[in-house]
Amino acid sequence: MQTQTVKIVVTGPFNAGKTEFIRSVSEIDVVSTEKRISATAEKIKESTTVAMDFGRITVDNDLVLFLFGTPGQKRFDFMWEILSEGMLGFIVMVDSTRPETFREARSILETFKAYAPTPYLVTANKQDLYDAWDTEDMRLALRLDPSVKILPCEATKKSSVKRVLLELLYGILKEMDDNEARQNNQEDEIS
Amino acid sequence: MALKGNLKDFSFIQLLNLVNLANKSGALYVERPGESARVLFHNGKLEYFESSNEKPELLRSLKDQKLITAYQHTLLKERLEGFSDREAGIYLVNAGYATLDQVTTALEEDYAKKFRALFDWNEGLFRFEAGELLPENKIPVHLNLENLIVEGARELQEIEELKAEIPSLDMAIKFTDRPGTDIRNICFSPTEWQVISYVNPRNTIQQIATATKLDEIEIRRVVFTLLQAGLVEIIRPGGVPLAIPGKNLPVRNPEENRSLVKRLIDRIRSI
Repeated sequence: MQTQTVKIVVTGPFNAGKTEFIRSVSEIDVVSTEKRISATAEKIKESTTVAMDFGRITVDNDLVLFLFGTPGQKRFDFMWEILSEGMLGFIVMVDSTRPETFREARSILETFKAYAPTPYLVTANKQDLYDAWDTEDMRLALRLDPSVKILPCEATKKSSVKRVLLELLYGILKEMDDNEARQNNQEDEIS
Repeated sequence: MALKGNLKDFSFIQLLNLVNLANKSGALYVERPGESARVLFHNGKLEYFESSNEKPELLRSLKDQKLITAYQHTLLKERLEGFSDREAGIYLVNAGYATLDQVTTALEEDYAKKFRALFDWNEGLFRFEAGELLPENKIPVHLNLENLIVEGARELQEIEELKAEIPSLDMAIKFTDRPGTDIRNICFSPTEWQVISYVNPRNTIQQIATATKLDEIEIRRVVFTLLQAGLVEIIRPGGVPLAIPGKNLPVRNPEENRSLVKRLIDRIRSI
């Protein structure tokens, strides 16, 4: 039997912690396309993802979950649409200590929502740091609807990353149930 | 948790919107070279304002609002020397110079006028100290922020900022299901009403601009105001997200899809 693959995309602004997030749960060393940063303005870390990060979780013999991390820098955004194709859901990762990236995070979120109507959630990363904004303040700053989940996260901790992935999967399951219920209602109305 | 940053990254209007929506109580400090201000909020309403350039003064506010004459101002200033604002307020009300409502309104007008100057700050550090209370010797006001926010958003001249907020005029706008503000408290201009009348998922922002004869900057400004007021959201024209053809799940029927997701859940749990 052919192995099925599904993918979840992890996106967000530059230096939000996407690579670390995938690294924390991937069973393989993350296939990373990191390059040393040349632009002085962006030199808050030594290297950045330029094409994608790629992590893998084998579920069983015939199902594999891929985690794709998008490049955070805007000039690589041509990769986003390619990576989003066929995704099961997506996670928007935001650095809680850098309000200057919130506007960009919102713009990325809107872009991915437009790519595909799949479930998503927002993670407020680096919540362990002193400067971290409160998640509810971030919700308002990002203009998230109350129905959108925003979860505190520490991308370097496996337990925290697991919680985020599980919440997304619960959301996907719920959406399936809602869709089915809607479909049943429509069928009832027709008959 | 920290609520701090720079106004160049997070505008003053956005900050006010956050304080308003979250019903925050505490002190907001903003500073830039040579200037600083402190604004106190209680449950999302402006309670007190002072800047490094000018401390609030009750008698001056009453004079500005023409509740007392310049002569009365001079006399009272001498008489009330050393009185706190609260003590001076009680004296003025008891002596019949003004009613309590007039005192409060005068302070509100004064605070709002000076507070508006902060809207022009495009850069400067800010921090919010939750729970900081108004000193007992001051008179609190309870100024709604909604109109100040809408007004401030209207005055926001920065085209770059507007372009960042609304990058493309090919998008449409629709009314939000849950507006973030109480619309009964908002006053719109005739132009804003004109734009509101065209809000429809089928109309792009560019089409609305053409219909209302607004230029690129004006339409952005109006849409930005409506966005800040929490009345509309930006969507793809037609109201339907543009989905890339392709399958989000590799299997066919709902039961199989559900089973696949449950397997993923079990696996993640076991990591």
